[in-house]
Amino acid sequence: MVATAISCAVQGLSGVPVTVEVDVANGLPSFTIVGLTDRAIQEARERVRAAVRNAGFDFPQRRVTVNLAPAEVPKEGSGFDLAIAVALLRTGRELPLDDVACIGELALDGGVRGVIGVLPMARRLAASGIRRLIVPAENAAEAALVEGPEVIGVESLAMAVAYLEGRLHLAPMAAPPMGGVGASGGVDLAAIRGQSIAKRALEIAAAGRHNLLMLGPPGAGKTMLARALAGLLPDLGADEALEVASLYSLRGRLSDRPATSLRPPFRAPHHSVSRAGLIGGGAGIAQPGEVSLAHRGILFLDEVCEFPRAHLEALRQPLEERSVAVARVRASVVFPAEFVLVAAANPCPCGRLGEANGPGCRCPEAVVTRYQSRLSGPMRDRIDMIAEVPRLNGETLLGGPPEEPTARVRERVATAQARQLQRAGSTGAGANALLDGDRLLEVCHLDARGRDALTTAGERWRLSARAYHRVLRVSRTIADLGGEERVSREAVIEALQLRIPAQ
Amino acid sequence: MPPSPGPAPMRRQLLCPGEPRWPAGLSDLQALGDRYGVPSVSVEGELPALPGVAVVGARMAGATGQEAARRIGADLGRRGVTVVSGFALGVDAAAHRGCLAAGGQTVAVFGCGLAVDYPRSHRALRTEVSLRGALVSEYTAWDGPRAWHFPHRNRIIAALSRAVVVVEAGEKSGALSTARWAAELGREVLAVPGSILGPANEGSNRLLRDGARPYLDVSDLADIVPECAGPRAYDPRRGPGRPDGERSSPARARDHAVRLLALVSAEPAPRELIGQALGLRASELAVLLGELELEGHVRSLPGGLVARARW
Repeated sequence: MVATAISCAVQGLSGVPVTVEVDVANGLPSFTIVGLTDRAIQEARERVRAAVRNAGFDFPQRRVTVNLAPAEVPKEGSGFDLAIAVALLRTGRELPLDDVACIGELALDGGVRGVIGVLPMARRLAASGIRRLIVPAENAAEAALVEGPEVIGVESLAMAVAYLEGRLHLAPMAAPPMGGVGASGGVDLAAIRGQSIAKRALEIAAAGRHNLLMLGPPGAGKTMLARALAGLLPDLGADEALEVASLYSLRGRLSDRPATSLRPPFRAPHHSVSRAGLIGGGAGIAQPGEVSLAHRGILFLDEVCEFPRAHLEALRQPLEERSVAVARVRASVVFPAEFVLVAAANPCPCGRLGEANGPGCRCPEAVVTRYQSRLSGPMRDRIDMIAEVPRLNGETLLGGPPEEPTARVRERVATAQARQLQRAGSTGAGANALLDGDRLLEVCHLDARGRDALTTAGERWRLSARAYHRVLRVSRTIADLGGEERVSREAVIEALQLRIPAQ
Repeated sequence: MPPSPGPAPMRRQLLCPGEPRWPAGLSDLQALGDRYGVPSVSVEGELPALPGVAVVGARMAGATGQEAARRIGADLGRRGVTVVSGFALGVDAAAHRGCLAAGGQTVAVFGCGLAVDYPRSHRALRTEVSLRGALVSEYTAWDGPRAWHFPHRNRIIAALSRAVVVVEAGEKSGALSTARWAAELGREVLAVPGSILGPANEGSNRLLRDGARPYLDVSDLADIVPECAGPRAYDPRRGPGRPDGERSSPARARDHAVRLLALVSAEPAPRELIGQALGLRASELAVLLGELELEGHVRSLPGGLVARARW
């Protein structure tokens, strides 16, 4: 006798609907699960057996075989428990399961526990025509974000069976409204005194999605500024927010950031982070790394020179392709990773290089050179702007005019981004940071004066071709912020002030 | 078959007292005692006109010290005065570089043999100095850089100079030993006054207290080095000269440029303060600074500082 139930395997940000087939046959009592499973699924045998008994049902003392189809897709994690138990119970009773999928881990007492990745699974199942989703109660809210299927949160196996038999009525989970919760949490620009040059750089970085390097001594406010940058990015669209929430769901990090938040994420991994933690990977289900948790937001690398060099090199792919491939044994999965990189570094190991007053830097030149070269060429190439964040004296910190609040700057940023989208039109090119080659020259539309400034600068500072492009990209954003159709000389000059010095 | 080019001509040679190209200043050391005399020196490159002016100071100099050294080097170089220094990191290198950038000639006195690549990071500078000046050493080609060589070679730096300018020397800086040699040899000692707030300038400031002449400007050398006479290159009371590119810019920008140059004329100033003093937004300040930098009137230094560039 064969019975089935539907569940879902996770593959990157997507998934594969899985049919759980249970066959109960005569023979020596046994319980086998096949279908490219991992340890967690093999251990499901013990959980399912105990949960079924403790929920008050009989576990058949016969030869039980479970197949997870399609058999060639690797399956991982404990989310199949509920579907296995339901399919098993269907062999002995009438349990209608039309267009229903079950996700959840079982506890030995028959309870249902939350699992990671419910949101991406729900999106995948909805796309394949599932109309009702039975999920752990604690995952119901995230699953309900997906349009389409009714989401039923259950706390135990008995509850799920009672609902399916029609003995218990459970109201579908209402989709929580997007936005609202956790809307801000960043630092308001008005709370940061002085640093007007760095703030302007943030504004430009946010408007054109340019990667930014901040150089300054410890305690100058680099972290505050980076947090403020997250506040400058406009709200995400509903689809984008769902995509970001899916990544957090996969990593089991929805507690950090509510699934309903429309704010772009801000991630600041410590330099002791593992490569898998940064890029993605890990044992079991391929998990998104920090680069993907920062998708459509900010990835802030404080003390970037302290990160292992291999980690920084590994950032090249996400920086160039805006996504990251995580290799698994049988396949590789791709996570989106489109973030604005904000790197912060001390100018030298002691942090006092170039300080106007105070004890001054005591680092030998060779040590400074070695320290700065840890930010390797490929990384530098991907960073459009550099902003010095000097330590300010008390006078600046206490006095001075009131600072511009984030909300005002965000309006300018939003206008500038709208211009970029309008200009990109059907070409599909988005933010200015992605412009390159002929298209870049075309959209910059330099006049003679601007061209002259760029040529003079090129000769004086021996700008490389890549440096030219960086300056052009940034100047295009400055012009967008100023509402200019063509890139003016002033915009080029300002962009030149933010250029990365040649090494 | 054409003849092979053969090895590059060796531009290194040994000079002994009495030879026509022997720098006369070195013989003054003999008067201090036999053990201080210089029996011979190796020279790589062409020895420029000597005696010159020595510019020496801390290896770990701050941005201001290096900027000062660069400026002094350039001011001398532009006037055709040979800059003598010790080829160390920090002030020494900045003085060599400033002089070369202004088209001048410079002499680097090594604390090791001329075949030794030290300091390693100065390879490019070494080539440039040997092409546009000379490397000098009293050690044999492969003698390594020993700690005691450096204070000892300082006597050569002093001997090759008419005056020694000390920039940013701490309490125990080797530059002070150069100043001592200079005093013994009867060369003039000058020091660039520095902040009294930290240890960085303790040595050079103490020299001032002990009777060294303050160096504020190249004209302070006028009575020792005639080439340095002439109107002051820059008089803070008169205000900065008009930058060239200003004709077309509106009056307000010109006014800002003049005030900005005045602000950074004495020592490098932080951008933040300049912006506040001029009442400019960050973007406006960036444009103003950018234009001035493009025209070569100011330079950006690490740490968000802006300095007046005079060449």
